[in-house]
Amino acid sequence: MAVLVLVDHDGATVSQPTRSTVAAATKLGEVHALVLGGGAAAAAAAAMPGVTKVLQTEDALYAHALAEPVAALLIALAPGYSHLLAPASAAGKNVMPRVAALLDVQVISDIADVIDADTFVRPIYAGNALATVKSADAKKVITVRAASFDPVPASGGSGTIETVATAADPGLSAFLGAEIAKSERPELTAAKIVVSGGRAMGSAENFAIIEALADRLGAAVGASRAAVDAGYAPNDHQVGQTGKIVAPDLYVAVGISGAIQHLAGMKDSKVIVAINKDEEAPIFSVADYGLVADLFKALPELETELAKK
Amino acid sequence: MKVLVPVKRVVDYNVKVRVKADGTGVETANVKMSMNPFDEIGVEEAVRLKEKGVASEIIAVSAGPTACQEQIRTALAMGADRGILIEHDGVLEPLAVAKLLKAIVAKESPELIILGKQAIDDDMNATGQMLAALLGWAQGTYASKIESADGGLKVTREIDGGLEILQLKLPAIITTDLRLNEPRYASLPNIMKARKKPIETVKPADLGVDVTPRLTVLKVEEPAKRQAGKKVGSVQELVDKLRNEAKVI
Ligand SMILES: Cc1cc2nc3c(=O)[nH]c(=O)nc-3n(C[C@H](O)[C@H](O)[C@H](O)COP(=O)(O)OP(=O)(O)OC[C@H]3O[C@@H](n4cnc5c(N)ncnc54)[C@H](O)[C@@H]3O)c2cc1C
Ligand SMILES: Nc1ncnc2c1ncn2[C@@H]1O[C@H](COP(=O)(O)O)[C@@H](O)[C@H]1O
Repeated sequence: MAVLVLVDHDGATVSQPTRSTVAAATKLGEVHALVLGGGAAAAAAAAMPGVTKVLQTEDALYAHALAEPVAALLIALAPGYSHLLAPASAAGKNVMPRVAALLDVQVISDIADVIDADTFVRPIYAGNALATVKSADAKKVITVRAASFDPVPASGGSGTIETVATAADPGLSAFLGAEIAKSERPELTAAKIVVSGGRAMGSAENFAIIEALADRLGAAVGASRAAVDAGYAPNDHQVGQTGKIVAPDLYVAVGISGAIQHLAGMKDSKVIVAINKDEEAPIFSVADYGLVADLFKALPELETELAKK
Repeated sequence: MKVLVPVKRVVDYNVKVRVKADGTGVETANVKMSMNPFDEIGVEEAVRLKEKGVASEIIAVSAGPTACQEQIRTALAMGADRGILIEHDGVLEPLAVAKLLKAIVAKESPELIILGKQAIDDDMNATGQMLAALLGWAQGTYASKIESADGGLKVTREIDGGLEILQLKLPAIITTDLRLNEPRYASLPNIMKARKKPIETVKPADLGVDVTPRLTVLKVEEPAKRQAGKKVGSVQELVDKLRNEAKVI
């Protein structure tokens, strides 16, 4: 039986976490992809190597990916699949447990490795432990930690595209609106470089120094929970156990202490830089390069230094 | 309306857990235990709904060993009216917890259930969605704002890229995100009062629920340790290392 991947997309391209999910799915069997809406996104999904078939629906019922109708659709498709996967994105985490419960199986959240068709590795306790779990359920419903799988390329494949029939509408919820920030910067979970600011930034105005540094490096912007709670940065910038999990080539933590919950979201980055005025800050225990300094002095210097050459 | 708040007993968020040497799990003996932080947010939200006259009664439910009474008492001290302990020693996965909660719902008929988005021990982020599925109810996960509107609930959700606003029919499931509210500390008089509030105890078998785990934990390991690197003396040195040693910029 084939494996079905629920695709995250922006109407044109497939998200990088989805390509990582396809990489995980390829280890389990032939991969089909489900695209809700997004005319051009179906072609993008069909271009991922390993995807042999794309199922698409442009029914308005799925336009906002509400959990109840999307779960109903996945249940209608489930008999044809051994595994149902989605990225562990806000969308994937919202819908897959609902699907699992309807199938009477235990969802396997946020897998970081595939051992075999029944066995997976997943982080627990903020990534302080890795559990290898074997599922006894007939069908597996899984979300995938994108940072743990190298994404398949965006092109090279040639899957076919088919339209799927609409499933019954549970009619339980309705979309009223969204506030989505448009940004020219790379997406946090896909960026090669991430610059994050913490409570020490002190204000939303000061947080602009982080954004300027990010732009200089072509980086995405992240934040600690404290910075988000204080309103310096938007909620979806939060990196950590209960925010986004990132593993860029370079992670720069500025004025962040390095609480367990923050480390959980970034400690698999290739190179970590920490700038903090407290030399005892726990962030230095994971940093490859630590600079003990006042950020308000160090960041302008850094700007100047990066501008050279 | 009646509100149900499931509260999980977990290793306190300040504890850095240690993996057991035999690889069977993490060390939980003599470790500080607390209510899952997202559940404190859930209890707080329920209490605020009661203060606004929206909620009529708040029932705190915990599934696990006898000691979960401590977390139920905390919820009662924060303002919940009564508690239910579903007593069980051993692993309870989200599917099993959702089935147990469904059985409680059948007895209590709440209109709203507020769970945490994620338990900080198993990091599953699943129970609320699973319960919503089993009940056939609407779900508003990762909520940062809840309002009564049009006979249902208007929920603002934290999603990738920003916020989303949904209208949910009642009865409904909410799961809490960090920005929903800041939980209160229970006052001493309220802690005293909470001692007199009733806690009912039931067992999974009384509820007719099979809680056998579906996942077998083959092993639990410590992740690869990261080596602390070096301190650099200046911004110039940092940029030089990033350019010429790490070659990441
Ligand atoms: C349930 C739960 C979930 C959580 N999830 C997350 C999560 O997903 N992500 C997350 O990040 N946190 C999370 N947290 C919060 C976490 O525990 C910490 O509270 C948070 O990460 C602290 O943020 P911070 O490092 O910015 O602030 P602080 O801990 O206050 O650190 C500020 C740092 O800035 C330094 N500093 C101050 N001034 C300067 C200066 N001028 N120059 C240089 N350095 C300076 C200080 O030395 C200090 O180290 C969670 C907590 C709970 C309970
Ligand atoms: N054993 C339990 N007892 C009570 N509530 C629970 C239990 N397990 C999970 N929950 C609820 O479900 C939420 C999400 O947990 P999880 O799906 O395990 O991440 C928690 O924040 C609790 O509100």
